[in-house]
Amino acid sequence: MSQTPVSSPRFGMRMNATGIISGLIILCWAVIAVIGPTFAPHAPGDIVDFDFFGPMSEQLWLGSDYLGRDIFSRILLGTRYTVGISFGAVCIACFSGVVLGMTAAVTGGYFDTILSRVLDALNSIPSKLFGLVMVAAIGSSIPVLVILLAVIYTPGSYRFARALAVNCNTMDYVAVARARGEKTLYLIFQEILPNITGPVLADLGLRFVFIVLLLSGLSFLGLGVQPPNADWGSLVKENIGGLAFAAPAVIAPCLAIASLTISVNLLIDNLPVKIRDRS
Amino acid sequence: MTKPLVEVQDLRVEAQTDAGRRVEIIKGVSLTINEGEIVALIGESGSGKTTIALTLMGYTRTGCRISGGKTLLGGRDLVTMSERDRQKLRGTDVAYVPQSAAAAFNPSHRLIDQVIEVAGIHRLMSRTEAKIKAIELFHALALPDPETIGDRYPHQVSGGQLQRLAAAMALIGGPRLVIFDEPTTALDVTTQIEVLRAFKSVMRKGGMAGVYVSHDLAVVAQIADRIIVLKGGEIQEEGSTAQILESANHPYTRQLLAAFQPKPFAAPTPAAAETSVQRPLLEVTDIFAGFGPIQSNGLPYKTVLRNVSCKLERGHNLGLIGESGSGKSTLARVIAGLLPAARGHVQLDGRELDPTAGARSKEQLRRMQIVFQLADTALNPSRSVADILGRPLTFYHGQTGAAREARVGELLDMVQLPRALRHRMPGELSGGQKQRVNFARALAAKPAIILCDEITSALDTVVAAAIIDLLKNLQRELGLSYVFISHDLSTVQSICDQVMVMQHGEMVEMLANDQLPAGARHPYSKLLFASVPKLDPGWLDGLPTDISEHA
Repeated sequence: MSQTPVSSPRFGMRMNATGIISGLIILCWAVIAVIGPTFAPHAPGDIVDFDFFGPMSEQLWLGSDYLGRDIFSRILLGTRYTVGISFGAVCIACFSGVVLGMTAAVTGGYFDTILSRVLDALNSIPSKLFGLVMVAAIGSSIPVLVILLAVIYTPGSYRFARALAVNCNTMDYVAVARARGEKTLYLIFQEILPNITGPVLADLGLRFVFIVLLLSGLSFLGLGVQPPNADWGSLVKENIGGLAFAAPAVIAPCLAIASLTISVNLLIDNLPVKIRDRS
Repeated sequence: MTKPLVEVQDLRVEAQTDAGRRVEIIKGVSLTINEGEIVALIGESGSGKTTIALTLMGYTRTGCRISGGKTLLGGRDLVTMSERDRQKLRGTDVAYVPQSAAAAFNPSHRLIDQVIEVAGIHRLMSRTEAKIKAIELFHALALPDPETIGDRYPHQVSGGQLQRLAAAMALIGGPRLVIFDEPTTALDVTTQIEVLRAFKSVMRKGGMAGVYVSHDLAVVAQIADRIIVLKGGEIQEEGSTAQILESANHPYTRQLLAAFQPKPFAAPTPAAAETSVQRPLLEVTDIFAGFGPIQSNGLPYKTVLRNVSCKLERGHNLGLIGESGSGKSTLARVIAGLLPAARGHVQLDGRELDPTAGARSKEQLRRMQIVFQLADTALNPSRSVADILGRPLTFYHGQTGAAREARVGELLDMVQLPRALRHRMPGELSGGQKQRVNFARALAAKPAIILCDEITSALDTVVAAAIIDLLKNLQRELGLSYVFISHDLSTVQSICDQVMVMQHGEMVEMLANDQLPAGARHPYSKLLFASVPKLDPGWLDGLPTDISEHA
């Protein structure tokens, strides 16, 4: 095609303002999860206020909780649990879901049918109920929570990846690779995965949000992270009594959950676009 | 003197790329169309022929805009007109017949409702009147069961019928100008004839003006009064059909014409072929194959291939020809082991091959490579050219690092592509370049046989001719054998020693190159060969009217 450029070409990545802002908020929470507790003004377990549900002040930036502990320090500590557990769970869920999904699409036959039905069965159990039963049966600890959340969210990720991979699998380039004699592992990681990364990443972000919400829900019910530790969900639960006093202790962790989940959602809607423009 | 119906003056169209760069795709085109005249716009893909045709409706595709010039339709400028006024003209003064009628019809509405929709939008006539007019048009377009065909849904009629229904949809508003955008490109040659004939008679009767966009000079020769040759958004040459065909001046037009001249077939001379006892390189015997579960009689639910046998000698080429659905591509898939045969044998060098590719040895797989029709889907869009060509080198020959890089360079040289292309992604290549990369990947394995599945069908005439030349040169240099699948007789004729004609999954006839096309005995082969359009403008009118009933 012969074309006459009117203005000069540009290269690089492009991202809009919403994407950048939400990316920065997520980065901020990630940094806090890693180093936050070292900057906490008070030890999270110390009772520093004689009053409970205290207001915001010079010493206690976000007020005090139902026992008079510093909410700001407790949110800094809770970040580690909320972000860490959710991140671990989403990685396991998406890795196993995507690998199984691609394998099922490429292999087909009985493997695909049986795996799909088994995971569909798992998917049909209400997630919160399943979580309740499992925690009641084995007890709540951080590894249990991570694995439980991963198991709950694997079938969805599997379904999603399989649907994408089935489309890719019918493309001629996969047929060429098959005719060349390539094995399943090469097919799924080299031929299919690069073509479904975009949607899979978007799905990963969405699933992270679901996991944060489910974890907060479990903690709110008292089945998640156990005292004296607390994630954002358990902070809401502990201080729910302060709602009547409009205490910052109950509002602050809610805002933390909202800011993280909304940012992740906005980021995956506004991922950077690569500019590939050559004449 | 009467004023022309359409006057385009110094038209310029700009497109904007995703980096905000502006590119001029139509560079000052001027043309006129008189009442009742059919003008063809011809050129390779990217020459701007469709873009110009769309501006005649005052329309540009997303991201494009008319940056200068005038498009006068009956004296009114479509460029400066408001969108409301343009919409009033569309369907009544100017109408459009798209390339893919299958994509243009809504699959969940009855055909008749879609055909008469235009009449309803512009309140031209009542529903009953519109239906009567539609049925008249169905008669005129030689559609089967004109009274009732409108009650069907789009998937219940064939591709050729759907294309004629799309024309009926365009003609219902009684337009003065009809734009045909490659309406027969996606059809088989045998269907193409019926559609062309229907278009021609309707246009002639109605005295309508038309713009016919195509890259096929032979098709255009049948229907157009005047031909405009485009390249790179500029008019290269303009003249009456006879002028262009007989005394073209511009080198590009000559190139287009030359691509139509039947290439003299030179039989490849295989070295040391006649010495020992001849054993065919590839032998396919009594293949039955298809899709769906195997039934009690041992055949698949939908049997596509029945009892197909063929042979390919070393250094020779076998052509497979037939219309879509005849099973030619399925046969290639069976040979490559992508679709295991239910019955029958595939032998390579006298040795039996397993029906599935996965069970064949690496060496067997290496010796036989397959090249698919659509380079767009045959090349992984997220891998660079170097990766695509390098993988078979690593996989079959264990080459890595500098040796692999050097070989990728050699392969690009072989298919006559610049070495700098190695870092490009497939999306950044032109159609012809993609097909060359697609072919180079097969060469990387150093095969003995290459199965070419319609590899020139999606390409422009000039580019396709260049690919065929390349195939011939490589055969001479590397001693390859090709199985060449096509629906285009002239391509097959120029490269194959033997041609197998297929219909409904069965072999109809096996012909040697020197018997083509006159030596065909089977009626279906005769029909197929007679349906290939010729450059002679009188060809379509000279055909017997019942040609398609011979089959």
